[in-house]
Amino acid sequence: MKAFPIWLILGATLTFLIGPFLIVIFAGLSAGEALAFPPQGLSLKWYAKVFTVESFRASFALSMFLAVFGTLAALILGIPAAYALNRYKLPGAETIRTVVAAPIIVPGIIVGLSLLRYFVVPLNVSILVALFVTHTALVLPYAVRVVSSSLNNLRADMEEAAVILGCTRLQAFIKVVLPNIRGGILAAFILGFVASFNEVPASLFLSGPGVRTLPIDMLSYMEITFDPSVAALSALLAFMSVGIVFLAERLLGFSRYV
Amino acid sequence: MSDAFVSLTDLTLSYGKTVAVPRLNLDIKKGELIALLGPSGCGKTTTMRAIAGLLTPSSGRITIDGRDVTRVPANKRGIGLVFQSYALFPHLSAFENVAFGLRLQNLGRDEIQAKTQAGMSTVGLEGFEDRKPAEMSGGQQQRLALARSLVMEPKVLLLDEPLSNLDARLRLEMRNELQRVQKETGITMVFVTHDQAEALALADRIVLMKGGKIEQLGTPAQLYAEPSTVFAADFMGFENIFATKGDTLVSDKGSLPLQFQSTAEQLAWRPSGVAVGHGPYTGRVVASSFAGGHREYVIDSALGPVKADASIDISEVVIGQELAFDLPQSTARALTK
Repeated sequence: MKAFPIWLILGATLTFLIGPFLIVIFAGLSAGEALAFPPQGLSLKWYAKVFTVESFRASFALSMFLAVFGTLAALILGIPAAYALNRYKLPGAETIRTVVAAPIIVPGIIVGLSLLRYFVVPLNVSILVALFVTHTALVLPYAVRVVSSSLNNLRADMEEAAVILGCTRLQAFIKVVLPNIRGGILAAFILGFVASFNEVPASLFLSGPGVRTLPIDMLSYMEITFDPSVAALSALLAFMSVGIVFLAERLLGFSRYV
Repeated sequence: MSDAFVSLTDLTLSYGKTVAVPRLNLDIKKGELIALLGPSGCGKTTTMRAIAGLLTPSSGRITIDGRDVTRVPANKRGIGLVFQSYALFPHLSAFENVAFGLRLQNLGRDEIQAKTQAGMSTVGLEGFEDRKPAEMSGGQQQRLALARSLVMEPKVLLLDEPLSNLDARLRLEMRNELQRVQKETGITMVFVTHDQAEALALADRIVLMKGGKIEQLGTPAQLYAEPSTVFAADFMGFENIFATKGDTLVSDKGSLPLQFQSTAEQLAWRPSGVAVGHGPYTGRVVASSFAGGHREYVIDSALGPVKADASIDISEVVIGQELAFDLPQSTARALTK
């Protein structure tokens, strides 16, 4: 009986973590016309319908673009930043670290509102550019953090050894540092990708006619049409995330870096 | 010195505002094996990093083979450096580690292959080409690091604490290995160590450093037999060092009358130089340990503790017993400061 509370806690935790996911999967399998649980009969028609909705296709493409290229941009900025913070005693390094982490700390809704009010509207920036900049900034903390912890495990004398063998500092970075933090970079990419793809609050403010990310598009779809296709799409997206993380774990031991 | 191959002239090295090495002068001959010896913080590693070009001197000059390299960056100096941690590239195989520097030189495939192969066999690592450094033992990693530097045919090979990460048996083996490689290649080597036994065994000349300055420079035999300062004597195993005042030896614990005339400010004896079992002094044995060929005693005398080695032929003296001893003139070393 002693173990009982532990099993209860574990059971409750799993229920609340995985339960919604299961509900969404099954709600999407409904044969009925409205989003409901338990589903009314079983069919795959809503899963099929997801692929025929034009706006889903467009917003999926946009979200994919933002997740891939926003994260890449964040890595291009973040890797040198992590390297500099790690290897050199910079004045104000702690301040820089805090500023870089800010996008995680500041609520996305505030980021979105202020970007709209003080960046997009006054400067007349296109929504697409604003979204790209926002997603890059939001992913940057992940890039810097994860790459930093990777660099921490890499001894600085390896680069010196490469320099003594004839490398320039840049060559040493490319030939010795990069290959050894590859896992960390990939982990940062996956984290960033998922964070960007799932981002709602900031993107909510940065939507225009025909330009919205997939989660926002799903929100507005649900306001008009209350059919199970949103549940089906949610389930598909969840599977995509799980698949990516699973692959990363298998190929690289992803959990070592996070 | 005209035959200097590596010359450090008035070399001043600092980290920020802290001067680690002030105005160092040192000449190293071609083919010499030099040990930079000293406790941590004495500037030995700093000096080595400056020779390698990893640290820019704040003033002074470094010449190698007649060429002023003071402002030449590390990757153009033609120097080899074996790091204390070996600093092998974990993502590359043993072969690629050794070939790393050669590949940067635009050599042909065959030449790289041949030189790398030769380098690996010089250090006895044939057959390990495909191993990753993590799959090799400490001794093998050490050899690999050595081979990686040697294939570049550096003018000078620097080694940072080359034996410190190895266990006692491997250390001996590697020591012989280093001497053999040095004989075979005739390369000029400078190695940094805090271990006097290592320096004595390997080096042609020892540069004993303290506080960024050269305390004493000489052959192992000279340093071993004739340390000229208290610091050098202490480092070379003269464990009994006492000041003299006229005809007495004094320490902060007390004094004893000196049995001979001396004008030296300090006198020093190795434990093996202290005569045990007879002599004008007596003391109480406070520690006794068996050390194979001899016994090591600590004798508490009027002068404070005296360390003495006694032959095992003499019957053992137990702790607490009185023991006669002598600090003879024949084994005394006179020190200046």
